[in-house]
Amino acid sequence: MDLLIFQAPILMVQASLDGILLGILFALIAYGMALQWGVMNIINIAQGDLVILGGYIAYTMYLMGIHPAWGVIVSPIIMYFVGWALYKLVINKVVDRDLFISILATFGIAIVFQQLMNFVFGADVVVAQSEYGTTMLFDNSVTLPNSKIFAAVISVLYAIGLVIYMKKSRLGRAIRATAQNARAAKILGVDTEKVYAATFGINAALCGVAGALISITLTLHPYVGLPYTVRSFMIVIVAGLGNLPAVAISGMGLGLFEEFADYILGTEFRIGAVFMLLVFILVYRRFKLSKKREYLK
Amino acid sequence: MNKLVKLFTIFISAITLTIASISSSFAKVEGEYIVLGSAISLTGKYSSNGVHTQNGYNMAVERINKMGGVNVGGKSYKFEIIYYDDESNPKRAAQLAERLIKQDGVHYMLGPYSSGLTKAIAPVTEKYKIPMVEANGASRSLFTKGYKYLFAVLSPANQYLEVAIDLAVEKNGGKPVRIAQAFEQDAFSQDVRLGILDAAKRTGSEIIIDDKLPKELNDMAATLAKVKATKPDVLVVSGHTKGALTAIRQISEMKVDVPMLAMTHCDAAKLSKQHGKNSEYALCASQWHKNLSYKDKFFGGGKKYDKDFKKEFGYAPPYQSAESSAALLVFKDAFERANSFDRDKVRDALKTTDMQTFYGNIKFGPGGQNVAKPMILFQVRCKGDTCENKVVAPTKWASDKFYHPIPKWSERS
Repeated sequence: MDLLIFQAPILMVQASLDGILLGILFALIAYGMALQWGVMNIINIAQGDLVILGGYIAYTMYLMGIHPAWGVIVSPIIMYFVGWALYKLVINKVVDRDLFISILATFGIAIVFQQLMNFVFGADVVVAQSEYGTTMLFDNSVTLPNSKIFAAVISVLYAIGLVIYMKKSRLGRAIRATAQNARAAKILGVDTEKVYAATFGINAALCGVAGALISITLTLHPYVGLPYTVRSFMIVIVAGLGNLPAVAISGMGLGLFEEFADYILGTEFRIGAVFMLLVFILVYRRFKLSKKREYLK
Repeated sequence: MNKLVKLFTIFISAITLTIASISSSFAKVEGEYIVLGSAISLTGKYSSNGVHTQNGYNMAVERINKMGGVNVGGKSYKFEIIYYDDESNPKRAAQLAERLIKQDGVHYMLGPYSSGLTKAIAPVTEKYKIPMVEANGASRSLFTKGYKYLFAVLSPANQYLEVAIDLAVEKNGGKPVRIAQAFEQDAFSQDVRLGILDAAKRTGSEIIIDDKLPKELNDMAATLAKVKATKPDVLVVSGHTKGALTAIRQISEMKVDVPMLAMTHCDAAKLSKQHGKNSEYALCASQWHKNLSYKDKFFGGGKKYDKDFKKEFGYAPPYQSAESSAALLVFKDAFERANSFDRDKVRDALKTTDMQTFYGNIKFGPGGQNVAKPMILFQVRCKGDTCENKVVAPTKWASDKFYHPIPKWSERS
């Protein structure tokens, strides 16, 4: 606490930048989750594991001597087909069922993915090196890894690209129509089956991008997917479905909040503080909703 | 008459079956084989270290059997191990221990990989009074529960980095140092932390940052920013392989300058290979290193073990394999001194173990921990792009000088 006050300006800058950069990356994963949650009404527990698989694709490239940054192009392409295949194999059987069934199904997928990755890539923690160096600000007192800046920029680019695609393209319009009302869309000639498969594929592709970025900024291990699922779940809960600016803001906000909780309360309260915030937001929302209901009465 | 014969046959076969099943439930020694049991992580998150452990066990079994086996009561016996895969899951490990003891009739156990799984199995072996020699559970809490049948060939976790603090104080001209530390919130890392607290108290050193890293840690930028602001004399990090890799990645990216960086799990994380030059000067705690001068007649010395292991399994043995091999040497020694297969006699013999193996001296304290072997520290040093682990403490085995303080990032090429 006193530490933050003493070194306030510089440490605050460092914390804010760290938080925002990390938050943007999380927001990208959360956006994928929000998209397919909104369109298909499926909460994908395997989200984090898709991210890690995307990371391993970049890592494999790194092992083959290709710069892992190319993973942000290769990984989403491969992951799109992984997502598409997953939809055809499993998800299409649970897509109209209730939420609980889909949670169970994706939970199963998560376990299978973890074990497969463990089998193929081994249980060691691995990292890919980008050798991007560091940006130093304010006479070296604020240091930003360029790999993190790269990750944030790529995330933003993909997010913008996706928004434009959703607005302009035929498939994007079909996806939005299905999200609004699947039955009406079907009646009007939208092949919802195709839309669902594409949505799941796009989500997996976004996870692939995020995974490739994580391989050069953080660490990879077959079993670290769950935190990413939880984090993106939280961002989506706070932001609501199908609202990209809100997802981006809530992602960055969460990153910031985490970083500051770490400084002020201590690292051990980092995750706890985030969950406290989530509870607070849920209670607040409920409170607001009940107010609304009173008016209606 | 015919009926009578039939009845008789049934009767006889029933008796044979009963006897057979009884004898199999006393399967501690089958013919010329002494059967040991072990639940081990062959799948799941500990699978790489689980395999290192299993390879260590297998290597020792083969070597001991080839070199005359175990002599008990004037007869030579061979070791055999029943393995089950515990899937890196403590509950499963406890079930399997129960199964090994009750169904397979195993009377002597070898430990699993990791403190957590050893903790899950120890109450079971204790309940059935089965002596267990374990090689991969270092958590201090294993040795404070008053277990009577648990013996660990490795040094307990609180000793891992104590030496590092002493070294820092020594380099500071005997004056107390300022310590920043970050530990994962799991049994092992928190035990390492307790060791540092003891060392800090003993030397009058001050702990200025004391962060507990969450288990799902993948980012420690906040801790490192604090370190940059407070400029401690030594930074201590322990959070398994993930902690070691994350720390080096972010220290190098954020250009954090500390005179001394002490860690655990560097070799398990293949730090020098994965991070190359960025990991240079990191100081790492290890249970064993091939350059130590310990010897025994089965494996010769550390270097020979290293060579033989490489030939057999195709990679250099991490200390997890070495300590696992040592566990079997301890069992052999205890059986021969007990000169019996009586569990309690074997246990008493284990208790009075006092021997040297290629892995180190072994003598068990009252809690079952090994009190005869010090931890060693190595430092990552690089020549060009190839980095190596050089033993720097204790001085007896130091193959290289301890490089201190770590040069600033701005001065490093």
